[in-house]
Amino acid sequence: MLKIINLHAKVEGEKTEILKGINLEINQGEVHAIMGPNGSGKSTLAKVIAGHPAYEVTDGQILFNGEDILEMDPDERARMGMFLAFQYPVEVPGVSNSMLIRQAVNAVKKARGEEELDPLEFEDFIAEKLKLVEMDEKFLDRSVNAGFSGGEKKRNEILQLAAMNPKLSLLDETDSGLDIDALRIVSEGINSLRSEENAFLLVTHYQRILNYIKPDKVHVLMQGRIVRSGDSSLALELEDQGYDWLVTETHVNGEA
Amino acid sequence: MSRLTEAEAVDQAASRKYKYGFKTNIEYEEFPRGLNEDIIREISKRKNEPEWMLEFRIKAFHHWLTMEEPDWPNVHYKKPDYDQIIYYSTPKEKPKKQSLDEVDPEILATYEKLGIPLHEQKMLQNVAVDAVFDSVSVATTFKKKLAEAGVIFCSISEAIQDHPELVKKYMGSVIPTNDNFFAALNSAVFSDGSFCFVPKGVKCPMELSTYFRINNQDSGQFERTLIIAEEGAQVSYLEGCTAPMFDTNQLHAAVVELVALDDADIKYSTVQNWYPGDENGVGGIYNFVTKRGICKGNNAKISWTQVETGSAITWKYPSVILKGDNSVGEFYSVALTNDYQQADTGTKMIHLGKNTRSTIISKGISAGRSQNSYRGLVKIGKKADGARNYSVCDSMLIGSECGAHTFPFIESSNNTASVEHEATTSKIGEDQIFYLQQRGLDEEEAISLIINGFCKEVFKELPMEFAVEATKLLSIKLEGSVG
Repeated sequence: MLKIINLHAKVEGEKTEILKGINLEINQGEVHAIMGPNGSGKSTLAKVIAGHPAYEVTDGQILFNGEDILEMDPDERARMGMFLAFQYPVEVPGVSNSMLIRQAVNAVKKARGEEELDPLEFEDFIAEKLKLVEMDEKFLDRSVNAGFSGGEKKRNEILQLAAMNPKLSLLDETDSGLDIDALRIVSEGINSLRSEENAFLLVTHYQRILNYIKPDKVHVLMQGRIVRSGDSSLALELEDQGYDWLVTETHVNGEA
Repeated sequence: MSRLTEAEAVDQAASRKYKYGFKTNIEYEEFPRGLNEDIIREISKRKNEPEWMLEFRIKAFHHWLTMEEPDWPNVHYKKPDYDQIIYYSTPKEKPKKQSLDEVDPEILATYEKLGIPLHEQKMLQNVAVDAVFDSVSVATTFKKKLAEAGVIFCSISEAIQDHPELVKKYMGSVIPTNDNFFAALNSAVFSDGSFCFVPKGVKCPMELSTYFRINNQDSGQFERTLIIAEEGAQVSYLEGCTAPMFDTNQLHAAVVELVALDDADIKYSTVQNWYPGDENGVGGIYNFVTKRGICKGNNAKISWTQVETGSAITWKYPSVILKGDNSVGEFYSVALTNDYQQADTGTKMIHLGKNTRSTIISKGISAGRSQNSYRGLVKIGKKADGARNYSVCDSMLIGSECGAHTFPFIESSNNTASVEHEATTSKIGEDQIFYLQQRGLDEEEAISLIINGFCKEVFKELPMEFAVEATKLLSIKLEGSVG
């Protein structure tokens, strides 16, 4: 579903590369976790896949469903079925949550040639999704993320994810800043959305969320490269030993 | 690409941004350039005005001669050469028509193109329109239906002929002839405008609207609007304006006066889309307008809503004098500037009566290299016990070369009054747009959604069709400004 080949990227206008040759393949039905210390390039990777304009891809390819998406605008990628749950969801004052979600859902439906939802149909549709993240329908009338607590913002991201039903979901540190109850709600939400047709990429600093969402593969990103890949036991190893032992190991291998 | 197609392409691009920029080719009757007493006497004579009206004009003219063009607004421009302006310009043929069949078909076609059909069968549903073309009112629709309800809606020229006692009583009562430079000039040379009178206890059965169009390159437009709502009367009034694209500047110096007696309610909405000049700041309208209402009676209410998107320079402060006890003044404003536009706009709320209340919601959006200023005065008089004001002033910046400024003034002479002022400045950022794009909205939809949210409190005050129009207008104006 997603294939990344030798991806190099930097902040637009700057010299230093942040991603220095990433290779990654995610298939339908899989959940992958990207872990790594602060500043390793995890969030950058998620944003580059989604097409954030602040980054420039200097080399490599990203294929989504076999199509090269590097020239595509973020909205085109979104309408193809890619979703990014933001680490810091953005506030849009004056725009109600329901208005945004309905426009978003309809943008995708339109791209797929499906019938768009009118406001009444949308009400029924979204009621189901609200239950999933245990959110009150009052959230729909509030301005997008404005005045939301950290946990509410993250739940709102999962609500949007559930509504848009993407093929590939990129979750950028969705677990950070969540208390244990919110973490459970968010994780259960994500688990219930898993299917044989879609895939998830979890970007996370901690192993904690992986207790709830069991990944098929775990990758460790350090200094812009994937230095190690393994199954879910790798996450536990990291939890125990931290990242330092990998730093030493990569130095030994002469890769850093 | 050949020369011609290149020019066409530029033309198309320009007209997409300002689709009202076309000029109507008709013949004009014009007065010589410049201003003196003879010109004023000629305007008055041409309009067959009574002696008192002429005196009003002459008095104003003499005031004007002693006044200086104000330079305190936060705008910079080359002052107009008042000797080069044509003060009276009218489409040839006799000015007032008995029926629409007599109106120049070119002019009717112009209004049609602007989306304001004047033909009976095509007229806007439930909106009566007075169409002012350059200096002259060319048509007023739904007159009969309004007359049945007792509402007088006609051009100010007609009102001077048919209802002189009302005009004499109220004209200049809110904005005296010596109020300011541009109001004095307008009082001397105003050529036409709209008049509306809603008698005691009558709720006007439809929206009233004036549509102003400047067509002549060298003429100024000086219209005058007077609206009176008697005890318990209600009226909602809309104003729209456009002009062709010229590379010179045209002066628009209007005066609008509103009078609300006991329990009366006047709502005045404007969507101003005069030609703003091109992307290099060449051409465009100088919009120097004086608008003021007085809540003369107790429990009266006056509400101004404005969406200002056009003009090279805007200088405008729709205000309310809250004289009657418990009277209410409101000002809702969206001012958008792009390219080299400059706007200095806001309001004055003058609290004189007891328990008077005012609300000010101002939303400024600046893009390109434009400058956008909010200037407001909240004045609480000695006797205004329990007066309250609430002001919110929000600015949004798009790009890094524009400016937003706020100049709020508060003068309170009564310690039982309460005045609240809030102000914010935000930037429409790459991250906000990226977030919405990531949800499948294209860039234009994203910007439109953000702007819509920002302006929501003002848009909800506009009549439905105007709100939709205003939303679209803002998106078109901002096309290509972000990113």
